[in-house]
Amino acid sequence: MLEVEGIHTYYGLSHILFDVSLKVSRGEIACLLGRNGAGKSTTMKSIMGLTPPRQGTISFKGKSVMGKKPYQLARLGIGYVPDDRRVFADLTVGDNLEISERRSGDSATWTKESVYDFFEALGHIDHRKAGLLSGGEQQMLTIARALMTNPEFLLLDEPTEGLAPMVVKTLEEQIGKLKDRGLTVLLAEQNQKVALNLSDQGYVIDRGMIRYHGSIDDLRDNEEVRKKYLLV
Amino acid sequence: METGQTITFAAFANQFLVGLSRAMILFIVSSGMSFVLGVLRVPNVAHGSLYMIGAFSAFSISTFLGGGTMGFWVALILSPFVVALVSLIAERALFCHLYEREHLMLLLFTFALMLILGDLVKLTWGAEYRSFMAPLTFRGSIPVLGSSFPKYNLFLLVVGPLVAIGLWLFTNKTKIGKIARAAAVDREMVGAMGINVSWVFAFAFVLGCFLAGLGGALVAPTISIAIGMDHDIIMEAFLIVTIGGLGNMWGAMLGSLIFGLTLSFGVLFLPQFAIAFPYIAVGVILIWRPTGMLKSVW
Repeated sequence: MLEVEGIHTYYGLSHILFDVSLKVSRGEIACLLGRNGAGKSTTMKSIMGLTPPRQGTISFKGKSVMGKKPYQLARLGIGYVPDDRRVFADLTVGDNLEISERRSGDSATWTKESVYDFFEALGHIDHRKAGLLSGGEQQMLTIARALMTNPEFLLLDEPTEGLAPMVVKTLEEQIGKLKDRGLTVLLAEQNQKVALNLSDQGYVIDRGMIRYHGSIDDLRDNEEVRKKYLLV
Repeated sequence: METGQTITFAAFANQFLVGLSRAMILFIVSSGMSFVLGVLRVPNVAHGSLYMIGAFSAFSISTFLGGGTMGFWVALILSPFVVALVSLIAERALFCHLYEREHLMLLLFTFALMLILGDLVKLTWGAEYRSFMAPLTFRGSIPVLGSSFPKYNLFLLVVGPLVAIGLWLFTNKTKIGKIARAAAVDREMVGAMGINVSWVFAFAFVLGCFLAGLGGALVAPTISIAIGMDHDIIMEAFLIVTIGGLGNMWGAMLGSLIFGLTLSFGVLFLPQFAIAFPYIAVGVILIWRPTGMLKSVW
């Protein structure tokens, strides 16, 4: 579904990503594991067109999406959940969802009601300003907001970062359910436990380069790789 | 003391109402500037020129229709749309290509637009003074609190709050208004939600300019319409938006009230220094709250 081929991304003069390639097939969850500053978020932003790569190619559903703007990628079916949440703080929970709504036309479409069924906690705080929510609630809202765009593919950037263990567990379950509903997910994580539980295949990134790629079982068994690139 | 004799309750009440009605014009113009500033993060230096075009358009439309009540109302309704159209052309043809560039480029563009529009006004309407008459219903005065108060100013006191309510409803109750508020804070995320931010900006810019045009049309019956009216208002609008809180509509209202009322009471108490009062108030407020009285969206 998504193919990233040899991308190089820069922030100004700083070269951040070096020849990053990855492939995510329809219906699976792929994880991108790496330490802080390894290049996970930049990879996600490069795919979403927020920091367009200078070299390489990105294709989505078989078509090149290089040079497309973020809003065009969202309309093609890519949902984006940033690591720093970035809820629209002055708007209520309901308004955050309402402005993101993009109907897909089929019956499985996400609406405010179905999103509230999925994240029940959000339904109770429809009128609360997003800036006043707890970290866990904000994270649910960013995922919910992305779902309202009715994506086929979801870029989830460190959804469990900085959250309490109980909240992480709930989110993990919900992300698993998204896969059951047919969503394809690229999950960037530092939390190995969550990523290994949820994913079908794993990529390990370090200093802007993909260092390992394999099935999730292989990665789980490969303690050497995990120790070398993922332990702090 | 001479001033002591003149300050009666009636004079006080009259000046209060005059100040309020002036504040309504200031609010309509500065709320448009504040809206553009909040969403696009650009102070639109050409805002005053669009206000001037609003006034000249009102004159032309009314003259074309032979004046009278009908001429007044049609001019009042159409002029803001003329200004909106001018701003839409400028935005889509030129301005929108600069959104990816530095803010300084946007600021310079609005400055260039001010110069161009100023010359266009001169070419179209010439340098003479023009006047746009209010209909008979709004001419003359009526007694209010013991003094006579111009009917047209009472009309302004009704229109100002209506615009405030309309703008509040728009930004809080419509989807496009909420999108504009979200884009004011995080345009990148709004784009990532599948919304073409460029059109949101166009809409915000045109709406802001529409309000400048409305302000120009509303003020036209109370002044001589002439080249240069853009310079006075732009300075006032900038100061109002700054003391109110950048991008905050209620801040624009509060700033306008302070500006209008201090000028008005200045006329009452120390007429020879009246013009200085609003600026003294601005200075005091900025020392007290450098970021403005209400929360800035920046």
